[in-house]
Amino acid sequence: MKIDTRFGKYGGMFVPETLMPALEELERAYVKLKDDKGFKKELHGLLENYAGRPTPLYFAGNLSCKYGCRIYLKREDLVHTGAHKINNTLGQGLLAKYMGKTRLIAETGAGQHGVATAAVGALLGIRTYIFMGTLDIERQKLNVFRMKLCGAEVVPVASGAGTLKDAVNEALRDWIANVRDTYYVLGSVVGPHPYPMIVRDFQRVIGEETKKQIMDVEGRLPDAIVACVGGGSNSIGMFFKFLSDDVKLYGVEAAGLGMDTNKHGASLCRGEPGILHGSLSYILQDKDGQINEAYSISAGLDYPGVGPEHSALKDAGRVEYVGITDKEALSAFKELSLLEGIIPALESAHAVAYALKVAKKMKKEDIIIVNLSGRGDKDMEHVMRVMK
Amino acid sequence: MNVFGKRKIFVPFVVVGDPDYDTSKKIIMKMIDEGADMLELGFAFSDPVADGPTIQLADKRALDNDACVDSSFRMIQEIRKYSRIPISLLIYSNLVHRRGIDNFYADAHNAGVDYVLVADVPIEEAGPFLDAARNHGVDTVFIISQTTTYERISLILKNVSGYIYLVSILGVTGARKGVSHDTLDLVRKVTEKTDVPVLVGFGVSEPAHAQKIVTAGADGVIVGSAIVRIIEKNLDDKKKIVDEIGKFVREMKEAVKRATQKY
Repeated sequence: MKIDTRFGKYGGMFVPETLMPALEELERAYVKLKDDKGFKKELHGLLENYAGRPTPLYFAGNLSCKYGCRIYLKREDLVHTGAHKINNTLGQGLLAKYMGKTRLIAETGAGQHGVATAAVGALLGIRTYIFMGTLDIERQKLNVFRMKLCGAEVVPVASGAGTLKDAVNEALRDWIANVRDTYYVLGSVVGPHPYPMIVRDFQRVIGEETKKQIMDVEGRLPDAIVACVGGGSNSIGMFFKFLSDDVKLYGVEAAGLGMDTNKHGASLCRGEPGILHGSLSYILQDKDGQINEAYSISAGLDYPGVGPEHSALKDAGRVEYVGITDKEALSAFKELSLLEGIIPALESAHAVAYALKVAKKMKKEDIIIVNLSGRGDKDMEHVMRVMK
Repeated sequence: MNVFGKRKIFVPFVVVGDPDYDTSKKIIMKMIDEGADMLELGFAFSDPVADGPTIQLADKRALDNDACVDSSFRMIQEIRKYSRIPISLLIYSNLVHRRGIDNFYADAHNAGVDYVLVADVPIEEAGPFLDAARNHGVDTVFIISQTTTYERISLILKNVSGYIYLVSILGVTGARKGVSHDTLDLVRKVTEKTDVPVLVGFGVSEPAHAQKIVTAGADGVIVGSAIVRIIEKNLDDKKKIVDEIGKFVREMKEAVKRATQKY
């Protein structure tokens, strides 16, 4: 490998030998293309005209008024397909195209990454297969239909609990068997090197835009930034540009039914270092090292691992990782809808909930930015059931 | 212990504790009785990404019946009382990491393990695993597959101390219908380059496959899914599981022996 595969002690490439040459090939292609003028121009064009970037940084006046500080929302919910996932799938889809791969595979939990990959597959004319747990297929019917409309084949995964972790396992197995012609579009900053780096680089645009926008309107950096963390792609995308600034960064994990229950997805807050899906990072595991099932009301946060760069940021103390329960997330979900007319994804509602907690302790002129990573349309059925 | 030499060997694989501790022990004893030259034993893991559906279900059955790393080591200690047969472990990295890499190899050595293959540790990540193996006198095993480049093959051969596990197909574990020319070419390519023993696994399920592979120059074959499938098919009849596996091991061993004589 040409590039350091670790973030501090985390990361690495813990994969079966069959995949190693593919990861080497991917790193080579990425190093060559990331500074390639043609590639950059094509990606920039798609981000602007296909996905709708830059996304607004919206001053949430009503929230600010009620909670007593200046609250901004980075509107990733307004990007094409409804979540930040498209930033990454456009980047990786183009990589696949430039590498001459003829088949895309991806895993999905909530279905947002699946939809974003299916859209890019359609756009670029590459056959696309989405691996999705059977439980998630049941929970996220609308997104399954969206993927199919875009021509992707949705492959049900019945092993394990039938959720995101199992979908990743199956996507890796497919990749092992079809590694020569297949590109694996990983949906978060997890997995073996070089994925955590590549996905972060394609999501960095969130924080880069945000920094410019806040400087334009406020003339200064924010005091705090809040983003939710499942695998951790929207949060690292938001945080990266601010890492060396004097800005408090909060990563919000799913506390599910409570941090002290065994029903949560808080890998950083409650996990320990271990190896899952190709990298060393904080994971939820038992005393033997068997992987525990994660839980959250939001299908995008119930993953028992997290990106290795987050693990390094936790140990370094640069980002504070916290938890928000299902109940708190749901109440923020309603609050944002009522006060601003913006219905967030349940994942993003976790970030909103924590931001409102932080806001109460801040001064009137303090600035908080919340990364609103996705919109709530996909969660309507689920929330209707829960709110009954 | 050197099991390799001029003769070709047959290595059956099962997951320790599949379908339950006692039956698993009987299966392993039976495989020894019927002439297995070495055992490859898997430690059950919740997320076995290199394995197809057959072995995934075996892992799940074992875990559902309380298999854990301690009980798996205990099984090996019990086998050791019965036989000096070489034992090779197949395991996923998190189980090793969680126990502490050095502790794991110490425990493996004390239980009587001869070889360890960590399925998701490529040579780049192998440093601490190689050190621990050396410290505790356990031999290492690495995979070479159809995608492994010449540079990687050399690097792997430089570091391996036990044998090469040559993955015969592009894909995860599971029984396949035939043996491809690519597989046989890879066997020739690797055996020409090295004196390190080469065992071929993944997709080997019939005596005819085994014969072709050892005739091409491999030192032996590892058969897993075909054996585990016998367990899966006869879950309501434990005695039949043991008998059928015994019969299968005998046939495979015969095939390998015949190929040795021809060779």
